[in-house]
Amino acid sequence: MSWRTELSRAAALAWKDLTAERRTKANFNSVVFLAGMILLLFGFAFGPDANALRAAAAGVLWLTVLFSGVLAFNRSYQLELDGGALEQLLLYPGSRKTIFLGKLAANLAFVLLVEAILVPLAAVLYDLPLAKPFPGLAGVLLLGTFGFVTLGTFYAAMASRVRAREVLLPLLLFPMLVPVVVASVEATSAILAGDPMGDAGAWLRLLVVFDAIFFTASLLAFEHVIDE
Amino acid sequence: MNEMDDLTSSRFSDMPLRQSRWVGILGWAAFLAMVGAQAVGFALSRPERDMGHLQKILYVHVPVAWAMMIAYFMVFVASILYLMRRKERYDLFAAASAEVGVVLTALTLVLGSIWARPTWGVWWTWDPRLTTSAILLVIFAGYLALRSYTEDADRRARWSAAVGILGFLNVIIVYQSVRWWRSIHQVQSSPSTVDPSYALSLRLNAIAVLLVLAYLVARRYHAARLERVAESRMEVAALGEGGAHV
Repeated sequence: MSWRTELSRAAALAWKDLTAERRTKANFNSVVFLAGMILLLFGFAFGPDANALRAAAAGVLWLTVLFSGVLAFNRSYQLELDGGALEQLLLYPGSRKTIFLGKLAANLAFVLLVEAILVPLAAVLYDLPLAKPFPGLAGVLLLGTFGFVTLGTFYAAMASRVRAREVLLPLLLFPMLVPVVVASVEATSAILAGDPMGDAGAWLRLLVVFDAIFFTASLLAFEHVIDE
Repeated sequence: MNEMDDLTSSRFSDMPLRQSRWVGILGWAAFLAMVGAQAVGFALSRPERDMGHLQKILYVHVPVAWAMMIAYFMVFVASILYLMRRKERYDLFAAASAEVGVVLTALTLVLGSIWARPTWGVWWTWDPRLTTSAILLVIFAGYLALRSYTEDADRRARWSAAVGILGFLNVIIVYQSVRWWRSIHQVQSSPSTVDPSYALSLRLNAIAVLLVLAYLVARRYHAARLERVAESRMEVAALGEGGAHV
């Protein structure tokens, strides 16, 4: 089967997941409100000092993305498992990699949409500049979120099918995300500060490397994880 | 479980899964080498100029960190072999290595902290190698948690192999992190970077720790085999003779 058919199958799978989400909106709404709540809680934790908040903003933003986004991944497989649909999905001809790519695309769209609300909200609450650093910021968000969602989609394929899925997914996922988080936070805080040391580019390149490594590894390992 | 491995074929045989007596000999060799290496370390090598006898922690800390890397490398290789050949022994070997790796990582961190407090003035710093070693501990603790939460043996083996391989990719980042990030941790110690009188103790300790590593992995591997046999016998008991091919 050609890669073009594989891609259209992945797109169909992603579209199916997104349509289910768009029609219920159950998950999206609660994740957005949770993310907003986490931003407020970090505000309380760091105190009302505007400078302290602005200094912590990059780290707070990424931790909020992690803590709220992690809720999306298990659900992405739970939807299939509830209806007994995963077996049918696996019976379709073609590579299992397309299932991973489809789930990855749907989760990526989901988390990016959450961020589209979350980032302006963080800019308001933490008094961040948004217009000037926008292109760089969008680049970091895209690359960092891609790494996050890649590993999240991969680990949720396992974690969603065991008893202790709520604790197991973060336990497996978060330590693997450390390189991605470090590079994303460093790049974000550099960009928000106007990149005075000119090091945002280096962190972005490192982020590209991490994304490439983890994407390749997850894609290759996924077939061993999903078959049943 | 669909593969009839060497392990499951012994399910009904009368001969119990007995541990080779070489493992016992290995255990004694590891113990004596450990005692001997410490004796040499304290008797022969002079106190270091700045650190004094505190420096002797490094004789153990550095080899334990090496052994930890070897243990995770064994998880990596065994996991790849499992995914290629689907033999249960590779899975059990990976699990045994991961258990020992977690213990050695904890030991590395504790010994490093005890050394760092008088030397650097703090128990812990956010040095990249320290931090990533701690992350490794969590990654492989997650590996062991995944194993304990997954009941189906075949699925457990496939999943933990995948997690072990990806986890090991992070080990490489640990090892390279000295170069990737600026760091106050000294460059890795090896016999070639230390004074000859210290190199002997370091070498002896490296041998002793390797023997300990081999012994612990052999013991845990044997225990994992026994657990698997008990697990499949329980399946057979629950399903009756007809259900032997689960």
